[in-house]
Amino acid sequence: MNKQISNRRNYSSNFRLLIVIGLLCGGIGIMAFTMNKDNSLKVVKSNSLSPIKKDSVTSVKAFQQVYTVLMSARCMNCHPSGNVPLQGDDSHLHTMLPQRGIDGKGVYAMKCANCHQPTNTAGLHTPPGNPNWHLPPANMRMVFQGRTPRQLAKQLIDPKQNGHKDLKKLIAHADDGLVLAGWNPGEGRTLPPMSHAAFKKAWLTWLNTGAFAPAK
Amino acid sequence: MIALNINKKIYHIDADPETPLLWVLRDHVGLVGTKFGCGVAQCGACVVHLNGEAVRSCVTKLSRAVGKKVVTIEGLSEKNDHPLQKAWLELDVSQCGYCQAGQIMSAAVLLKENKNPTDQDINDAMAGNICRCGTYLRIREAIHLASELQRKGGGNS
Repeated sequence: MNKQISNRRNYSSNFRLLIVIGLLCGGIGIMAFTMNKDNSLKVVKSNSLSPIKKDSVTSVKAFQQVYTVLMSARCMNCHPSGNVPLQGDDSHLHTMLPQRGIDGKGVYAMKCANCHQPTNTAGLHTPPGNPNWHLPPANMRMVFQGRTPRQLAKQLIDPKQNGHKDLKKLIAHADDGLVLAGWNPGEGRTLPPMSHAAFKKAWLTWLNTGAFAPAK
Repeated sequence: MIALNINKKIYHIDADPETPLLWVLRDHVGLVGTKFGCGVAQCGACVVHLNGEAVRSCVTKLSRAVGKKVVTIEGLSEKNDHPLQKAWLELDVSQCGYCQAGQIMSAAVLLKENKNPTDQDINDAMAGNICRCGTYLRIREAIHLASELQRKGGGNS
């Protein structure tokens, strides 16, 4: 009889232990930023974020808007498929063929900041400016050029391809100084296809509804 | 008055902080070795060093140079004996000469960062310096010669 009670106690305590481990693992899972098999984001716990409410239809629709901005010249020109930045509304190769370099800031006498000043230079088609002008670095090229909506969506939420950004950093990136520079491009350059506020709203909607990748 | 360190001397400049550095160098200080070419950072004739980087002085505002070290072609070496200057003379690189100060200042940054540049390194470094006389082949040869002089310890780099 005593042995039976003792076995029941052991069973009960083991069962409780399993529950505690399960809860801990669940908690870690909730706090983590990882991708599901369906290429959407898991729920992320963060004070600054709306909790993710998965909605693939809303998410994909929001990304279609995001995509039009990211593939516009103001964003894509600094996310080229090669090592030379693009230039102009037609995204031609940058004249003088400046090279990306290891850190994305150019090489030798051809570093971005040699021409690109902290602010826009006055006049038509003069070098636009930003204190931190650069391409993505050589070891994390973050290419936009040539990417389909699906490819780009998957790339954007993969920390191995997006500059090690978790969801919080991705959201913050909407207000990054160089991103904002897209809406202050200097004279003679077309703005992205929507306002920064509209872009940010679509960006957040995409992320907060699960960051689903479009089918194509 | 704005204090500016140019070629290791302090100059007090009476100019608007928005004034392009090139105007300050040529019109206020009288260092006319640096040339005006296009005025929009497209040709490289106005290259000077700002804290060791080959900036285009036509679009660089005076305010950006405050607190930094400006070096012009006149200050590249004390006795005009930088390996590049020696090589330029040796190979008689210049034709009209207008772009050459900018070419040499850009090449100096290349040789500072790469002691033995390949043709591709030279292309990558010098692609922003235009020469309407087409002296590119002699420029390339002179950079190779200068790198050799530099490695042998010749000249004051």
